[in-house]
Amino acid sequence: MLLKTLTEASGLSGNEKEVRDIIISEIEPYCTSLKIDRLGNIIAFKEGKANSKRIMVTAHMDEVGLMVKEIDSHGLIKFLPVGGIDKRILVSKPVLIGEKKIAGVIGAKPIHLQKRNEWSNALSMDDLYIDIGAKSKEDAEKYVNIGDYIAFDSEYVEFGQGLVKAKALDNRVGCAILIDLIKNVEDVSFYAVFTVMEEVGLVGAGPAAYEVDPDLTIVLEGTLAYDIPELDSHLVPTYLGGGPAISLADRTTVYNHKLRDRVVEIAEKNNIPYQFRKTSMGGNDSGKIHTSRDGSLTTTISVPCRNIHSPVSVMSMDDYKNTFKLAKAVLYDFKEGYNGF
Amino acid sequence: MSNLDFLEVLSNHNGVSGFEYTLNEKIISYFEEYADEVSLDRLGNITILKKGKSSESSIRIMLAAHMDEIGLMVKDIEENGFLRFTSVGGIDPRTILGQEVLVHGKEKLFGVIGAKPPHLQEPDEGDKAIKMKDMTIDIGLPYPQAKELVKVGDPITIKRSFTRLKNNRVSGKALDDRAGVVALYECLKELSKLDHEADIYFVITVQEEVSMAGAFTAAYRINPDIGIAVDVGFGATPELGDADTIELGKGPGITLGGNIHPGLRKKLVSVADEYNIPYQMEINVGPTGTDARAIQITKEGIPALVLSIPLRYMHTSVEVIDMSDIKDTGKLLAFFIKEISKENLEGLLCY
Repeated sequence: MLLKTLTEASGLSGNEKEVRDIIISEIEPYCTSLKIDRLGNIIAFKEGKANSKRIMVTAHMDEVGLMVKEIDSHGLIKFLPVGGIDKRILVSKPVLIGEKKIAGVIGAKPIHLQKRNEWSNALSMDDLYIDIGAKSKEDAEKYVNIGDYIAFDSEYVEFGQGLVKAKALDNRVGCAILIDLIKNVEDVSFYAVFTVMEEVGLVGAGPAAYEVDPDLTIVLEGTLAYDIPELDSHLVPTYLGGGPAISLADRTTVYNHKLRDRVVEIAEKNNIPYQFRKTSMGGNDSGKIHTSRDGSLTTTISVPCRNIHSPVSVMSMDDYKNTFKLAKAVLYDFKEGYNGF
Repeated sequence: MSNLDFLEVLSNHNGVSGFEYTLNEKIISYFEEYADEVSLDRLGNITILKKGKSSESSIRIMLAAHMDEIGLMVKDIEENGFLRFTSVGGIDPRTILGQEVLVHGKEKLFGVIGAKPPHLQEPDEGDKAIKMKDMTIDIGLPYPQAKELVKVGDPITIKRSFTRLKNNRVSGKALDDRAGVVALYECLKELSKLDHEADIYFVITVQEEVSMAGAFTAAYRINPDIGIAVDVGFGATPELGDADTIELGKGPGITLGGNIHPGLRKKLVSVADEYNIPYQMEINVGPTGTDARAIQITKEGIPALVLSIPLRYMHTSVEVIDMSDIKDTGKLLAFFIKEISKENLEGLLCY
């Protein structure tokens, strides 16, 4: 299954090759043209009916993770974060290091030897290290180099009522939907762009948007869900199972409200459930895209994910399907070109 | 069958304190080949008897390793189907956030442990650990289905696959004390090649992590002349002092202190020296946190020993051990047992 292959592949920001290769092999037969730019973005074009506007759909390929910073005299590996990671989710997890995927674990001090108040403080990243079973620095250096990327070791699991657990759902879920669009949308011309290094500062999106010069862009994302009963609904960013989340505003974009209203209309017309993303935290490639060249319009449509940026992100297959449906419906709505903006 | 395969099976299987019975079949299938008798008692301990060569005047040696693991237990089901839980045994709440779990309800249910994401926290909250009461388990089911399959009191285990690391080292959950169970298996295999006078009771105990209940009742029933607990000891890592730890790959820790019979301990050390088996000394002045604590104070008192397999990251789901330490532990036990006779026992126990 595509989403399983994509999420189990390793593609940290700046090291997207494994994911990029999977995507290329999936989409190449369906694309009119395809190129990899100087930063590693995939810029594909699928020709349909002639369109007066240039339409782009994007998803970032990269995921958050860690990088080897130092190997200490015991052969234990110190690391730094690549992208935004809550340090508290790292303890007691398995990881895979470098291209050879060397297995390691992030250990922690035994509870028996802790002082009573130690439990209440989060362990800082400097306190943590990875154990690969090496007996010395020299021994560890046989398997691991400084600068090696470190990915979470987490399998794709389907569970409960139509849910999926995996790492990197942010944003392989967007990649998978964009691949599905390339395979299934027949008569609308659009650019499909898979970007690099979103998680470390929206690096790939700017140059890609400059190259494509779109009028309208749909950004596909995995976004945060936290839906627990005691929380007031205005504090819930998105609900799992509530349908695609349409962004209002985040740290990088205040979304054009006319385009947003149009997306909502399309969802309602097609009976596709939807929700708004009710937090201004976070940001995505839209920030660079809508300000590229002389500016353009963007909308972000996201699949809600619990425990985002962790090895155990959770999403709903219904949300995945409805996000695909909505993105496809919006593309078809642009079929005749677009007026009004 | 290899120690590595056995440990992998044990680590990947589940048995929180009080719910160990699902491991019985696996454990017995390994031990029974070399056993004279296998029995289960009322608390769930597995006892594997290997008889000594003299059935007349047999002395009894009890070896104990516990099969239970720390875990979690369902406390409540939220209206959206999320589970609230508490811990069974000593768990650092920081080590369970973002873990995959199996909820052992009517069926085994996959779930993940989550908590409030950073965007909903106060700015300084990121440096505080998340409390267990603020975590939830997401099993992906709405309330009616969750209620159908899960009930308050169901045990929960961390889902973790046993992993081979470099240099004969391995990582997994519940190596505390399934590594000890495998050391007993190694000892049994070794003893099958040796002559020994004593009857050996290999007891795979229950509930060590919560009360040592299994060791108490087994020791009472067997009433051994010597009781030896095989458990795990704190493996050396940079943040821990050398004085508190033993090193991986350098043989079992031989505990000394009040829980340990000094005469037997000296004999154990001399056997290790004689057979060139590596060992380390581990100091614990009072009662140890092992089954030896229970054995020592059962009935009118039973002389006890502890062997500790060095283990890093104790009570996490990524415990690490060196397989060579299991082998050395099993061998040392076997050679020690071989050296014990009715004739020398009284002298060894003499103060």
